[in-house]
Amino acid sequence: MDFVTFLIQVLNGVQYGFTLFLVASGLTLIFGIMGIINLAHGAFYMIGAYICFWLFGITDSLLVAIMAGIPIMFVFGYAIERLAISVLYKRDHLYQVLMTYGLILILNEMQKILWGSDFYSVPIPEVLSGSIPMGNQEYPVYRLFVSLVCMVVAAGMYVVIGKTKLGMMIRAGASNREMVQALGINISRVFAVVFSLGAALAGFSGMIDAPLSSVYPGMGNYILIISFVVIVIGGIGSVKGAFVGAMLVGLADTFGKVLVPEFSSMVIYALMALVLLWRPQGLFGRVT
Amino acid sequence: MTPSRPLLIFLLLALAALAAFPLVGEEFYQGLVTRLMIMGIFAMSLDLLIGFTGLVSFGHAAFFGLSGYLLAILTPEYGPVSIWIALPLCLAGTALAALVIGWFSVRTSGIYFIMITLAFAQMFYYYFNENQDLGGSDGIFIFFKPSVTIGDFQLLDLSNHNTFYYFVLASLVLSYVLLSKILKAPFGQVIRGIQANEARTLALGFNTRKYKLVSFVIAGTLAGFAGFLEASHGGIMSPAHLGWHESGIVMMVVILGGMGTLYGPVLGAFAMGFLQDYFQELWSDHWLLLMGVFVIAVVLFLPNGIAGLVAQLRRGKGGDAP
Amino acid sequence: MSKNNKSRRHFIAGAAATTGLVAASSFIPSRFAIGAMAPIKVGILLPYSGTYAMLGNSITNAMKMRIEQAGGRMGGRPIDYVAVDSEMSVPKAPQNTNKLIQKEKVDFLVGPVHSGIAAAMAKIMGQRKTPIMIVPNAGSNAVTGPLCAPNIFRTSFSNWQPAYPGGVLMGKEGHKTCVTISWKYGAGIQMMAAGRDGFATTGGKSVKDILLPFPNVEFQAHLSEIAALKPDCVFAFFSGGGATKFLKDYEAAGLKDKIPLYGPGFLTEGVEKAAGSAADGIKTTLHYASNLDNQANHKFRADYEAAFGASANVFSVQGYDTGSLLLQAAAAVGGDVEATADVINVMETSKVPDSPRGPWAMSKAHNPIQNIYLRQVADGQQKLLGIAAEALEDPAAGCKMA
Repeated sequence: MDFVTFLIQVLNGVQYGFTLFLVASGLTLIFGIMGIINLAHGAFYMIGAYICFWLFGITDSLLVAIMAGIPIMFVFGYAIERLAISVLYKRDHLYQVLMTYGLILILNEMQKILWGSDFYSVPIPEVLSGSIPMGNQEYPVYRLFVSLVCMVVAAGMYVVIGKTKLGMMIRAGASNREMVQALGINISRVFAVVFSLGAALAGFSGMIDAPLSSVYPGMGNYILIISFVVIVIGGIGSVKGAFVGAMLVGLADTFGKVLVPEFSSMVIYALMALVLLWRPQGLFGRVT
Repeated sequence: MTPSRPLLIFLLLALAALAAFPLVGEEFYQGLVTRLMIMGIFAMSLDLLIGFTGLVSFGHAAFFGLSGYLLAILTPEYGPVSIWIALPLCLAGTALAALVIGWFSVRTSGIYFIMITLAFAQMFYYYFNENQDLGGSDGIFIFFKPSVTIGDFQLLDLSNHNTFYYFVLASLVLSYVLLSKILKAPFGQVIRGIQANEARTLALGFNTRKYKLVSFVIAGTLAGFAGFLEASHGGIMSPAHLGWHESGIVMMVVILGGMGTLYGPVLGAFAMGFLQDYFQELWSDHWLLLMGVFVIAVVLFLPNGIAGLVAQLRRGKGGDAP
Repeated sequence: MSKNNKSRRHFIAGAAATTGLVAASSFIPSRFAIGAMAPIKVGILLPYSGTYAMLGNSITNAMKMRIEQAGGRMGGRPIDYVAVDSEMSVPKAPQNTNKLIQKEKVDFLVGPVHSGIAAAMAKIMGQRKTPIMIVPNAGSNAVTGPLCAPNIFRTSFSNWQPAYPGGVLMGKEGHKTCVTISWKYGAGIQMMAAGRDGFATTGGKSVKDILLPFPNVEFQAHLSEIAALKPDCVFAFFSGGGATKFLKDYEAAGLKDKIPLYGPGFLTEGVEKAAGSAADGIKTTLHYASNLDNQANHKFRADYEAAFGASANVFSVQGYDTGSLLLQAAAAVGGDVEATADVINVMETSKVPDSPRGPWAMSKAHNPIQNIYLRQVADGQQKLLGIAAEALEDPAAGCKMA
């Protein structure tokens, strides 16, 4: 591999890492703050992509589709939280795994009933559809744009969680539920909002990925497992960890494919096992 | 783990029914019940972890599948392998894998344990999925059931479906008795102590990590035994046997039957087998939707499973809370 | 069966419009007594849930349509369909197969889509003489290769068939080097090998074979690799959502205009609209092309559209031909399908002259000897360019019957 190709592969890895971060951040947020393992996060991602496709068909604009799609995903997340998740807060992880596993089955079938099992596509907006020359090849502008959006979201999350009152409530709720409640904050509403935000983030990832990946049944399955790897490496509940984990997984996957194609699919799991051997709570996880 | 008298009577009746079944059931149903009994052994092994040690493993199918693959590798193309060779090797291989995975995993707890067991299972999944010498994603055949002979004398002909049925039934009973004994022994008391309160058990001077590891290895090996039976029965092993869906299903079976009871998971296996069939007939295109609703209903209304429901009904309204 | 109630209602309307054919083929040999009028049982093991449900439904719908058009009877006897959802699950395959064979005691077993399930079924079939299995999709070379058996037939294709002419085509178009890329699973590996072999016959050489874990769709790293390798062309096999994403990524990476892309027809089949401009101009080879200009195809497409409100695809063609084969065999033995040996004799030498894909015949290994067409995508449609390989027969390596 010559140096230019190497740099491009680094870029590929980082760019893939960004898209992983977007999905994983919602997952880690929900776990870190609410203590809920949400296996249905990948299904939310898929639903987001389908909503994007559906709204694009009506509005003919990706921007409008996404702008309208995010609130829908938020409401959708809110409904799921009230109906299913809210009964799980005091229950063992085991039941969370099962409940959200059941949700996956339901959401996958709902998708089939509503949209069938065909593949759909959402075109890349005209202004972002070109590619720019880079070394011996061309790089798609839309991929770079997605990376930019992910950076903005990451920065936004950093500010919201670290610097705002909502962020303070969220952080406080994560560390001491009873105390926050004693201070008169409605923790169950905070949880509902956090879950909805997580769902909106997953949905948003699906929407922004839709032009790249096309829209098809089961598209959330693969992303779910890999997102879990990301947040376990980073430390479950840590947004910073999700970011670092996503970058590591993105790079490991990219170089794994190029350098050890025979074992490429095992590389990220091996990486995860190694990290946990060194730090059982993940890179940025709190010891429980 | 001493069953109460009514429970004992129930278990003996169930056993009698299973023993009598081949006399009345058609070949197909006999094969189906064989498979459900194998699932019962598999679920029972997971119950040791989930229901008694407090370890939620989301990668239990790895051992089930690994053992099946080992049998596939050991079985020659043109004849059976001796069970005296195959079974010990399959169990030893699975135990070794469980030891290694367990050694990593028991250092973590809670969701990390769930995730690391999942990650290891995925590694196995991808290994078999991509190893073309072992059939890749299509899977690999086991053309012959293992032979059970002493010298030239054929002890059992497992290729006869009646014999195989009783062989599996005996395995089921044996697994139940074995696990009951283990749980009654001091070792069993310690792992239940870990489930109830690990810190206290640790403070009492027990090396809890070591106990968890041993429990993990026992459960993994027993899952391997179930995988050995499944591979002999179905005659095929595929990566899907190790996938996370399979791990999720067996977990569901344990909860549905009632964890922490040993016999519950066997009930769960039969209930699940029946439900899948029923849902498919009810709404063949979207039966998974019904399954999803059912899974959620179990979590909401039946957290202690069928066994818990039965216990509660017997005790009247004052039954124990979850 | 309660399957597809809605589509069936549609379909009856369509069938009414085609009564002509019904009348034409309602010749019923009557050498049987009353007992033989019991229904013929056709077991179906196809995916009806999950990602591949579309394939299962296309095949089932078209097969039933074909038989319904012939009067809804086979060899004069009524038909009883028993469909089981395969769930694309290999672990469940032995049980599902046994359910149809032992419990339902079917005369014919139609399925599957997945080649792992096909292998599991073929193994069970190889140990018994009945029923007769007809594979309406799964292309695994092994089914009509090492696993071939007198009672196993295929109406679709072997993975070798659509891929090999694609490789030859690349050479004919003047390319000397290529990169092959696919998923690392049965079909991917077999198609890649066949494409490479075809290319080699023209003196072409593959400089790199890239296999991705199935169903990974993160292609970017490999596209960068291809850009660095600069081969004359690329031979790719993906299908469904993965194919769409590959085509789009290939275009977005600026490779489409520099390094022409080829592949078996599944690369562009059914994804023309979703892939948009990314699929435009891509040449592929397959045993069917939607705009094949023959009477059977025109009629089939019109009927299918009228009955199910959806365009027919290559999978429905395979289902339709499965129906044709069943009708032919049952008619030839006068409905006595219990005489398995006779049915096998008929099917072994059968020709299907009125297939939408053009006439084809059964090979000794029980796989279609069929034309492979050269197609190109233009404006979101498959355009037929010609025949890439005429009456192509699978080499059936390892089959003792061939």
